[in-house]
Amino acid sequence: MAKVHLWASLRRFADGQEVVEVEAATVGQMLDALEKAHPGLGPAIKAGLSVAVDGEVIANNRAAPVKPDSEVFLLQRLKGG
Amino acid sequence: MARDEVKTGYKYVGTRPNRPDGLDKVTGRARYGADFSLPGMLWAAVVRSPHAHARIVKIDASKALALEGVKAVVTRADLPTGLEGEDLNLQDNTLAGEKALYDGHAVAAVAATSQLLAQDAARLIEVTYEVLPHVTDVDAAMAPGAPVIRPGVADYSVPEGMHGNVARYMEFGHGDVEAGFAAADVVREHTYKTEATHQGYIEPHAAVGQLGEDGRGEMWVCTQGHWYIRRMSAAVLGIEAANLRVTPSEIGGGFGGKTTIFMEPLTLALSKKAGGRPVKLVMSRSEVLRATGPTASASMDVKIGMKKDGTITAGQVFFRMQGGAFPGMSPIGEALPCAFACYDIPALKHEAVEVIANRPKAAAYRAPGSPMAAFAVESMVDELCRELGLDPIEVRLKNGAKNGSKSSYGPVYNVIGLQETLEAAKAHPNYAIPLGKNQGRGVASGFWFNHGGETSVSLAVGEDGTATVMIGTPDIGGSRASIGLMVAETLGIPYEDVRVNVVETGALGVNEPTHGSRATFASGKAAVEAANQAINEMCKRAAAEWEIDAEAVEWKDGAAHPAGPNAGKFPPMTIGEIGSKMGSTGGPISGHHEVTAGGYGASFGTHVVDVEVDPETGRTTVLRYLVVQDAGTAIHPAYVEGQYQGGAAQGIGWALNEEYVYGADGRLQNPIFLDYRIPVASDLPMIDTVIVEVPNPGHPYGVRGVGETGITPPLPAIASAIAGATGARIRSLPCSPPKVLAAIKALKG
Amino acid sequence: MRKIHVTTTVNGDPVEFLADPRETLLDALRNHLDLTGTKEGCGTGDCGACSVTVDGTLVCSCLMLAAEANGKRVETIEGMAKEELHPLQRKFIEHAALQCGFCTPGILVAAKALLERNPDPTDTEVRYWLAGNLCRCTGYDKIIRAVQDAAAEMRQEHRGAA
Repeated sequence: MAKVHLWASLRRFADGQEVVEVEAATVGQMLDALEKAHPGLGPAIKAGLSVAVDGEVIANNRAAPVKPDSEVFLLQRLKGG
Repeated sequence: MARDEVKTGYKYVGTRPNRPDGLDKVTGRARYGADFSLPGMLWAAVVRSPHAHARIVKIDASKALALEGVKAVVTRADLPTGLEGEDLNLQDNTLAGEKALYDGHAVAAVAATSQLLAQDAARLIEVTYEVLPHVTDVDAAMAPGAPVIRPGVADYSVPEGMHGNVARYMEFGHGDVEAGFAAADVVREHTYKTEATHQGYIEPHAAVGQLGEDGRGEMWVCTQGHWYIRRMSAAVLGIEAANLRVTPSEIGGGFGGKTTIFMEPLTLALSKKAGGRPVKLVMSRSEVLRATGPTASASMDVKIGMKKDGTITAGQVFFRMQGGAFPGMSPIGEALPCAFACYDIPALKHEAVEVIANRPKAAAYRAPGSPMAAFAVESMVDELCRELGLDPIEVRLKNGAKNGSKSSYGPVYNVIGLQETLEAAKAHPNYAIPLGKNQGRGVASGFWFNHGGETSVSLAVGEDGTATVMIGTPDIGGSRASIGLMVAETLGIPYEDVRVNVVETGALGVNEPTHGSRATFASGKAAVEAANQAINEMCKRAAAEWEIDAEAVEWKDGAAHPAGPNAGKFPPMTIGEIGSKMGSTGGPISGHHEVTAGGYGASFGTHVVDVEVDPETGRTTVLRYLVVQDAGTAIHPAYVEGQYQGGAAQGIGWALNEEYVYGADGRLQNPIFLDYRIPVASDLPMIDTVIVEVPNPGHPYGVRGVGETGITPPLPAIASAIAGATGARIRSLPCSPPKVLAAIKALKG
Repeated sequence: MRKIHVTTTVNGDPVEFLADPRETLLDALRNHLDLTGTKEGCGTGDCGACSVTVDGTLVCSCLMLAAEANGKRVETIEGMAKEELHPLQRKFIEHAALQCGFCTPGILVAAKALLERNPDPTDTEVRYWLAGNLCRCTGYDKIIRAVQDAAAEMRQEHRGAA
């Protein structure tokens, strides 16, 4: 089960948990599983996130792979200038 | 891509050839946004609110329409309803709806047969306003009694009980900060402030738009991202994006400010209303400063605990930023992760709010959020270093992030070059130069994530053995040259035989803008893949000619060779030979690559600045400036140096002079270059640069984006140097002469 | 308002056009003569992107009325290269002294005017002369180097020719 770390202000939508475990093989599946388990996370996911999987930041790629033991961080969508 | 596949020792990559657009630019032939005209073209002018906050009661354009030569007027009533989210924000900013939300907010637009006539007509449009109370300062906007500008603006993230002007809230961290502070020998906390600045590109926004009654149209526009302009303009106008072709002109600077729309849809709306005649709109400088996208102003609380030996035990920040009157525009989402990104600290707490104020809709400005965060945190680290008598580079080496460090915002760093930049700064002769009276030295490090993003590139082999590359990222800083070098290297042909063209939206799949320091990285990576695809096809053609297996052919030095003695003895077939025959060997040969690019690597930098402060006037002279930054691999070193120097110059301006000044009436007081003073040639010394190369394993040539990091360290480095020169620490930018003088006097008194 | 008939010389060529009395020389160059190399960056004489010379004097064409050009000799960036590029133009390309290139025409015209007065300026003299030409991309470093390199080459040629 991949471990998904939520930033502090998201935790109240996941019953206060800092780490949520989900079954997922891709980033897309991971986000869908998160939203299914905790619908309160929906608006944050819809607003757009970057995701870091095992250290690599992935901005906007639902097909990116997630391993069974991956450590995943949700990040605010990053913009450049 | 695996680390061991990153090569070194290149033939073309790393050289300094002339850029392909150089001749056009030194002769005045290059065509920028305002340099394009069409037959039958009309000129547009925009009517803008002179009030910071006002209800729009009535717009009467009758006198304007009665003027001979005036062909159309548009107001919000001409735009579709029903938009939501960011599309609605864009539409609101294009033409105000119920309320004007900032001084300069567009209210109406007019098209006429000459620019002067359009301006005359704009003055004849009568707008009736009901002026409302306003607030422009970020802290004042959160104070009790501040007018709530957009009731209900808070999104899901904002906890109960916050002021009605708070639009977003963020919090994250790790470890036990209270225990960390308890373990420190010294704990200090201060508030640092930065004022809004503008990207300051010398070319004002300009576009020529044409839209017919069939909903099909075209636009010529200076932009960092023409697919974004297409999508956004179409959304605002309620037309199909696919019916709009957008061609990017050469661009006279962007730095993030031209990644979005401001007035572009107005050219199309006016054109349609004027029977499909093309409409040209060029913003004036004061319109650019008042009504495009400056960056946020910030008020930041920082608390850091440090041991006597320089170990940082804990850090805590609370950032308040305003991004104008539209939610989601301030860079709190980037500023917070950047705040401690250069450090490996066991306990951190980050908190931020985005606040709505009656100011223009902020846009990205070179590493958005990173300079403000660095000003706060790096200043505080420097204050602690001075208090404890520690060397600022040694403290950063001790606490700095390394390969495999867990970053302050969660993910683990892969291969990064911060340590290398610190060592190079320490070893540089500038660091050893003795300082004189009224002189001081400041050091700071900075960071930017960089970015990949949607990329489409095509490459065509010519009958003459040249390669033409079509990319979708406008060239701001020399990326055409860099991409040409990477393709030349990959194909093994001379740089002069590669053409790189930035093409319009109808010629390629989607491309994200040139932002996030992604052009050389992502367009470059895709161009290399496209070249590899063309190479595969060319090897197949040679194999067919030689009647051997395609696997038995390899590509080297611009030609197909039999791979090994068993493949057979055939003289190599050059790209020119294959190209000249391609029509009869299967057809034209191309390669293409489409990807949402990953594998980008962060770029860290360390700057050292020496200043001299005149104690009588408070004027700061920059004596020496050193930029050390990790480029991964410098494809074209002169253009990498250019990014380092340009970023430093913008940061110096932000640190010393530049600020948005709002009056009590909520109006921008300094909307011209005389009063919004960016650095001029006589303000700056030569800017020394050291390119550190820690190749990024995620790119075939090891590239890291370099465009943005450079603006981050100057803000704290300059303030620290001034502290060194005068003993006075300025915690509110800019360090303008009156402020420095007041700080020096306060020390004495 | 009746237009004014203006007769002038631009880059050695005699030209005529009708100007609105309020039009600037910059507007006239760009809109009537299609010489778009000279740029508008600010319209208030602060950025130098509109630099041209009029009867040999460096001016901001946004601060001069089109009608004032009557009977005068105007030189713009388009006239800088003759059969070959001017050494300044060549050196700017070699030294990568431009990024977006928008300020470049104005800076080249201004630098040419400097070297015609002072063929051997110090770095400080170059910087103060160019202080009226804003560049946001380069930080001016490579610009100063390019100007000095061109000046050195021009002094050499002058000595060779003498």
